[in-house]
Amino acid sequence: MNKPNIKLRDPSVVMKLSRLGSFHQSKLSFLRSFIREFKQWNYKRNLFDLDKNGYGTAIYSFEKNGRNYSLVCFAQHIELHERSDRVIATKWDAAFVLHDGVPTKKDIDRLRDNVPKQEIGRVSYKELTLSRANKSVRAFEHVVESLSQGRQPDKDLLSKVGYLYRTTAVYGSGKFGLADRFRIKDRKEICGPFRLEMMLVYLVRQFTFDQVNHIAKSKNPNKAIKLDEDIARNLGIGNSTGLGMAPFIVNHPTLLHNWIYCREKALKEIRSIENVYIDDFNLFKDCFDKSKSSINTWLTDSQFQINKIESLKSDLSKFTQYQESDCSTKINYLWNQIYIWVEKNLGEECIEYIVSMMMEPYDKIVDPLINNMSSEEEKYFNIPAHRKVSDLKIIIENNYKSIVEIDFKKKNSTANFWFISKNKEEPRVANRYEESGSELEQPLAIARDTKLLYEKVLKAKQTDTVAEFLLNNDNVRHVVRRAFIVEQFPYSEIQDNTISATLVPIDMLRLKLSFFGAVKFDPRSDKWLRINMYQGAPLPHEMKLSNDTWVYNSLH
Amino acid sequence: MQSFSEIDTTSKRASKAAGFAWGIAEEIGKNMRNLEMFGLPGVKNLNLYLHKIKQNPTEKPKKIEKENKPHSKEFCPIYCGTTFLDNCKKLETLKSIKFFNVSYPLLFLPFLSRTSDIIGKKISLQYEGNNFLLNFDKTIFSKNMKSDEIIPLAKEVSIEFLENNNSFSAQEWKELYKLSEETFVEETESLKTKGAGAGLTDND
Repeated sequence: MNKPNIKLRDPSVVMKLSRLGSFHQSKLSFLRSFIREFKQWNYKRNLFDLDKNGYGTAIYSFEKNGRNYSLVCFAQHIELHERSDRVIATKWDAAFVLHDGVPTKKDIDRLRDNVPKQEIGRVSYKELTLSRANKSVRAFEHVVESLSQGRQPDKDLLSKVGYLYRTTAVYGSGKFGLADRFRIKDRKEICGPFRLEMMLVYLVRQFTFDQVNHIAKSKNPNKAIKLDEDIARNLGIGNSTGLGMAPFIVNHPTLLHNWIYCREKALKEIRSIENVYIDDFNLFKDCFDKSKSSINTWLTDSQFQINKIESLKSDLSKFTQYQESDCSTKINYLWNQIYIWVEKNLGEECIEYIVSMMMEPYDKIVDPLINNMSSEEEKYFNIPAHRKVSDLKIIIENNYKSIVEIDFKKKNSTANFWFISKNKEEPRVANRYEESGSELEQPLAIARDTKLLYEKVLKAKQTDTVAEFLLNNDNVRHVVRRAFIVEQFPYSEIQDNTISATLVPIDMLRLKLSFFGAVKFDPRSDKWLRINMYQGAPLPHEMKLSNDTWVYNSLH
Repeated sequence: MQSFSEIDTTSKRASKAAGFAWGIAEEIGKNMRNLEMFGLPGVKNLNLYLHKIKQNPTEKPKKIEKENKPHSKEFCPIYCGTTFLDNCKKLETLKSIKFFNVSYPLLFLPFLSRTSDIIGKKISLQYEGNNFLLNFDKTIFSKNMKSDEIIPLAKEVSIEFLENNNSFSAQEWKELYKLSEETFVEETESLKTKGAGAGLTDND
C-alpha cells in the first residue's frame, strides 16, 4: 500500500460545536497527565482536625525537592435548604484552597476567615486555586451509615452517583486575589495545563474519603470500618459546571488552538503509523472493551444526552463488528484505515470516542505534546496593523469560510446574547428578542462580528493598512485581533454561531471538560451539566505504582 | 490586594461601560495590568479619566504627524495610544513626535511601551516635567515621577525614538574586552591541532 497522504483534520470540521461537544477524555486529558507527572511527588496529610460531625480543618500536601503545595480544607455545617450546586449559592459543605508552600498558623486563620465565603472573601498571591463543594447527600449519608454499622456501602448506589462530593467551581489565575499566572508559569512541574486545578480536585477527593471514615468512626467507634479501597478508587469528584466555561474557550483562542492542535497532531501521527504492533493494537482493544462498561454506567435524565449515548452505544457495536471482521495488524496503515471507516460510518460522538481510544497505546506520541497544551497568550495580543486590508480579507476567506455564509439578518441567527449577571458576575445567555439587557452584550458573538468585519473589509480600500482601516472601525477591532490569531492558530476559533437559536451551550462546556478528563457528562439543562473527575484514579498512596489506564476501571 | 488579572478584567469592563468598543477596552485592560505591574498608578488615572469623559468627551486623532494638536477638545490618551501603536512602524521614521493637550497622559504611556517592544527601540517620553525611558516593554525608568500625583492634562507630550546606540565609548568597550580576554587560554601548537576536534585537513 502506498503511503497515504494524511493531513491534520480541517478546522471547519473539527471546530464545529456539535463536533467539539462530542469530545471525550483521552490520554491528553489534564487529570490523567497530572497523575503521570505527579506520581513521584510525596503525598502527605499534614493536619486533620475535624469534630465528630466532620467539621473543621484539614491540610494535604504534595512535596518534591523542597517545593510544596498544600490543600487547605474547611468543612462546615450547612442547612439542607442552603445546599445548592448553582454558582449562585452562598454556602457550601466544604471550601478549599491550594496554598503555595506550607501555610503558617496565621495563613490558616486568614484563609478560614475568607475561603468559606468564596466570591465575597479575598485570598492572596500565596494562594493558587480555590474551590468549594457540596455533599451528594444520598451517597455521603449512605456511606457514613454503612461504615458506622461495620459494612461496606452499596456499590450499585455508588455507581449511580459516582462520588461523595460535587465541586461547583474551581478558580485559578488571579480570581478573587489568587496568584496571577505569571508568578508561577516558569515552574517546570506546572508546565502542563491546569496542573494546580487538577491537584486541588485530586486532593479534595482524598479529603472526602477521610471525612466519611472519620465521621463513621466517631459515630460508632467500636463497630465502624474504613471505606474499602476498591470502592474508594472507583469514586471520583463530581462537578457541576455552568456557563462560566463557555466564554473561557472564546477568550483564550491560542490556548484553545493548542489543545485541539495537540489532539489533531496525535491523531495524524497515529494514522501515519505504517506497521501497527500487535501489543499496541491489543492495548487499544483492551481499553476499548473496558471503556464500554463505563458507558453502561453513564446515567442521565437529559433526553439530549440519552440520545447521544444511545447513538454511541449503537455505533460502538457497529465498530466492534468492523474491528473483529476487518481489522488486523497485517494491514499497513491500519489506524488510518480505521479512522477513514469510522468517519464514514459513525456519528460524531463515536468518531471522537474512537479517536481518544486510538491514543491509548502511544505514550511516545502523546507525552511530548502535553507541555504544548499551555499558551503564552500575551505574545499574540498586538495587532500587526502594518499589514494590508487585502491580507485581512484573505485571512477571513480562508479561515471563516462557513461563518461568512451565515445570514445574520435572520432573527434565528442572532437569537441569543451573552451577558454577565450583576448579582454573581457570571456569564449567562438569554434570548435577545424576549429578554432585556442585550445592549450590554459581551463580545462572544464572534461569528456575527467577523461577518460584520468581512463586510467592512470588502468595502474598504484593499491597499490600505489595517491601521488605516482601524482608525474608523473601532467596533471590529476585537475580531481583527482574532483574525490575525487564527491565521497562525487555525484551531483557535469555534467555526459556528454562538448566538444562533440552535446554540447548545453545553457543547462548549463539554469541549473544555473533555480536555480536563471529565467523564459521564450529565446535562441538567442546555446550560449546565454534572460530570465526574478522577473516577477510577489511584489513591494517593498508590500513585507511584499506578498505570495510565486507570480511567477504564469501573465498579463493574 | 487585587490581582493583575482582576485589574485587567475590571478595567476592560469599565472602559466598555464608558463607551469604548470592546477591542479598545481589551487594549486598556492589558495596559492597566502593565502600568500597575510597573508600579505606576494606572487604575487611579483610568478611574478619573473614565468619569471625566462622561461629562467632557475628548478628541480622537484622525492621523498622527510630527506635531499633533486637537481641534477643539483635549486629546484622548487611549485613542492617541491605539493610533500610535497601530501606526508605529511608520511613525518611527519621524524620530520625534509631539502631542499637545493630552488628557491623563499616563494612560498613553503603556501604548508607547508596547511600541518600544514592537519596533525594538527604546522610547523617551516627557510631559509636565516627568521623564520616562521605555525599554522594550520590559522595564520603565522614570524621573521626577511622583506616584501619588495625578496629571489630568499634559500641555505638551514629547516622544522620541532612541536609536540603538551603545551607552559607552569605544575605548570603554576595548578596555572591558581586554579584561575578558584574561579568561582565554593561549593556544600551544598541540592545542591548535587538537583543541577544535578537527583533523589536520578539512578538505575531505
